[in-house]
Amino acid sequence: MATKLPRTDAVVVGLGWAGAIIANELVDAGLSVVGVERGPWRDTAKDFNIASVTDELRYAQRQELMLRTAQNTITMRNTPSQTALPMRQWGSFHPGNGTGGAGNHWAGITFRFQPEEFRLRSHLEERYGAGSIPDELSLQDWGTDWNEMEPHYDAFEKLAGTSGRAANLARGRQAGGNPFEGVRSSDYPTPPLKQPYSPTLFADTAREMGYQPFPVPSSLVSETYTNPLGVTMGPCTFCGFCTNYGCANYSKASSITTVLPTLIRKDNFEARTLCEVLRVTTDSDGRRATGIVYVDSAGRQWEQPADIVVIAAFTFENVRLMLTSNIGEAYDPITRRGTTGRNYAYQTANSVQLFFDDKNFNPFIGAGAVGMGIDEFNNDNFDHSGLGFFGGGSTRVTPIGAAPINSRPTPPGTPRWGSQWKRSTVDNYASTMSIGCEASNYASPNNYLSLDPTYRDRLGRPLLRITFDFTDNDLKMAQYVTDKVTEIAKRMNPRQMVAKPRTGPWDGRPYQSSHVVGGFVMGADPSHSSVNKYLQVWDVPNLFVVGASAFPQNPGYNPTGTVGALAFKAADGIVNHYLRRPGEMITT
Amino acid sequence: MTTRIGFTLLGLAGTSLVALSSSASAASTEYQDIEHGRYLSVVGDCAACHTESDAQPLAGGVSLETPFGTLMAPNITPDAKTGLGDWTFDDFKAAMTEGIGKGGYHLYPAMPYPTYTLMRDEDLRDLWAYLQTVDPVDHEVDANQLPFPFNIRLAMMGWNWLNFEDTDFAPDPDQPDDINRGAYLVEGLGHCGTCHTPRNFMGGEGGDKFSGAVIDNWYAPDITPDAHKGIGGWSEDELVEYLKTGGNRYDFASGPMADEVRHSSQYWTDEDLHAVARYLQSGAGLADDWQAEAAPAALDAENAQVSAGSAIYFDRCAGCHTPDGSGETGMFPQLAGSPVVNGDDPTSLIRVVLAGSRAVATDAKPTAPAMPALGWNLSDDDVANVLTFVRNSWGNAADAVSAEEVAELRATLQDE
Repeated sequence: MATKLPRTDAVVVGLGWAGAIIANELVDAGLSVVGVERGPWRDTAKDFNIASVTDELRYAQRQELMLRTAQNTITMRNTPSQTALPMRQWGSFHPGNGTGGAGNHWAGITFRFQPEEFRLRSHLEERYGAGSIPDELSLQDWGTDWNEMEPHYDAFEKLAGTSGRAANLARGRQAGGNPFEGVRSSDYPTPPLKQPYSPTLFADTAREMGYQPFPVPSSLVSETYTNPLGVTMGPCTFCGFCTNYGCANYSKASSITTVLPTLIRKDNFEARTLCEVLRVTTDSDGRRATGIVYVDSAGRQWEQPADIVVIAAFTFENVRLMLTSNIGEAYDPITRRGTTGRNYAYQTANSVQLFFDDKNFNPFIGAGAVGMGIDEFNNDNFDHSGLGFFGGGSTRVTPIGAAPINSRPTPPGTPRWGSQWKRSTVDNYASTMSIGCEASNYASPNNYLSLDPTYRDRLGRPLLRITFDFTDNDLKMAQYVTDKVTEIAKRMNPRQMVAKPRTGPWDGRPYQSSHVVGGFVMGADPSHSSVNKYLQVWDVPNLFVVGASAFPQNPGYNPTGTVGALAFKAADGIVNHYLRRPGEMITT
Repeated sequence: MTTRIGFTLLGLAGTSLVALSSSASAASTEYQDIEHGRYLSVVGDCAACHTESDAQPLAGGVSLETPFGTLMAPNITPDAKTGLGDWTFDDFKAAMTEGIGKGGYHLYPAMPYPTYTLMRDEDLRDLWAYLQTVDPVDHEVDANQLPFPFNIRLAMMGWNWLNFEDTDFAPDPDQPDDINRGAYLVEGLGHCGTCHTPRNFMGGEGGDKFSGAVIDNWYAPDITPDAHKGIGGWSEDELVEYLKTGGNRYDFASGPMADEVRHSSQYWTDEDLHAVARYLQSGAGLADDWQAEAAPAALDAENAQVSAGSAIYFDRCAGCHTPDGSGETGMFPQLAGSPVVNGDDPTSLIRVVLAGSRAVATDAKPTAPAMPALGWNLSDDDVANVLTFVRNSWGNAADAVSAEEVAELRATLQDE
């Protein structure tokens, strides 16, 4: 039985990127806010000591920053006819835990989605004809547009200190940036990072072939930067312990390095960590959220009543909380009715590995988001007429560092162990590089999230079940973009190269990407979406569900920039619209 | 909460004066007097010693560890039984300016009456008026827990005879108003010399004024206008920035100074902070014949400690503090030309390398970056060598640090 606590103006679940941004905006608007976080309070000074953070065994192998699967995990299967099994060790993706969330261990790549993405179905039908989208794809518009999103992208980049080179500024175009980006109201807050050798070589070759390479936009700042909240970050040192690690240099933007140091000082904010939310409570007709129930680290249950409830956990937990709280109608793949769990999508990761004899890339110099990219094969930047698929990917070289346990590149045919393997790893460590293509993953009626009928967590709640496989559309696209990348690789003249287009079926074991999206998607039509463009739940006006769970499908870009922008958008909706007419759906 | 006092019997309170005093006093209302008194209590940081729990402000109970034994700061709320409820203003004034408690007993100079004695009457009245508005708390504190013979309060008569001068603040007619106000703040409520001036064996101020002193295993640095190891190389704005925000390009407040910024100087008015900066940087409070010592010659790069330290620096330190020691403003302190790096005593430098340190967080600078502890994987020799390199590079010049000094502080910190 939960003990009822005094009411608060707003409760925010999750203190990663989205939750911290929204909590801070609400606090600044004068609301009293309680932030509830499943994991521990994380802090650079305390948790990410520069003398101990470069520990591959602890952070990359044993995944110290990730959610413990004994606490909560997912079950997975490829098709609705299979029985799902639980993931007992994180493989395919890495859900985070604690303040900062997955933002502590992300790579820092910070793209804005392109203007066409927000009206993808409309755009493709306009360009390729009304019947051009195959039945296996459930593509949707987002119910918003570029003009509405741009100010929020701008706010997020300024919060994170994102480094990069703009191409398409409102005041005019400039060379060296991504020519395919939407028009920007302002430049990146910090200049691009310096580039190591492998991205430089890639960019030179791409340029020779007529492509337009640009520095990958990165929320690993390139110089000391103080954001609009007064929080300061230090320049990235290319230490090479970045993706999967917390940053000891205060260089990688996350809520703990950009928001929480100032938010926690504010009198009308309170953080409760090691508190796992069990459900959202609603009134008798389910049209108003009354608060949340959570369990603390001593196992006691508490009910926190609130006028506004914001759910800003990771994609998986956002959707599971809606399912366990009976909010919205659960999606049914047979009837295709229901919206909770609908349009779950992933990312389609492809790569080409290049082995050289005459190059030394010093691969230990790296950072999660340093690199050069091209966008000629991404999204709808090229003509898809007659290709038999839609979508594409962001092609780039991003040397993330080459730590000693995992970075043992060997060409195919090398033994997996023994003296020959050892010799090969020595020969190839410094002279191997990889070109990646992080490609789109388009939603399909058979890919969805639901509650598992068999497996439960330690608190007795059903685990979230993923039903997912790559569609023919995505596999064709993967082959196409990988062929294009291979042309560039060939031009770089390696001794040997290995193309790895994504092939089916989805395998949960090897790490691919933590870019899991959808399941509680945004849109203008309540029959196909769960939240409106302000992330406000249809028919439950005081409940907002924020994060990549709102993406109707996933373009060929990393999601975090858009998660941050949506958080600012939700906060804008609450502060500037909802509070004026509380208890009602925002209609503007 | 326990506050340790190192070589001194004086408390950590920091105090100062007022912005509005002379011009506004004629027109002041009761509210303004009380608000002014509240400001003075912040400037003096009464809470540092007298507030043990935020739930019971000024109800006493903070234990002060002195070389002579333990003292407990008393309850100064207006509670009749356990606080100052039956005190008059004259009783309060005698305590603040003469070290005499109600009924005639002697206070120990952990209560900084040797500096508070400079306070003006109108400021004492405002501070007293404020203390009357605090919620009375019934909280008995046994103030004197010193062992014999230090528990004999009468002994303080002799201490006072040797170390205390009951005097009023006298503005220097040759100095402008802001320097005089700075003097009143620094020498009175602010009592900067309590930490920054070396002490004699009795815990009275003894050595060269403001020339730096070790307290609580931190080095309170030289705050004279010496450009090499004092604050003569800082601009007035940089000194104000340090006191107001907790850091400037050279340094972040840490250790006891972090407490001072956190509880006190970040809340001082800009006018008061500029007055303090001008007074300290003018050297007006120093002896007439004071002059900066000639900076020593730097050890050369071939020195065995410097060259060994150089390798450690580039491996372990340069990532943040940068190869040329210029640091990153607002994040990682500049080491080149930093007075605390050039200081006579390397205690704080050794300490932050061994045990790490966290900058104070203020509203102006909420980031509070940290120096990580490196003592667990740097040997005493490593620490001595890298500090000797840092103290003799990029224009810095100071004595070498010995492995013995590092070993001694390491042992002390492990005991803490």
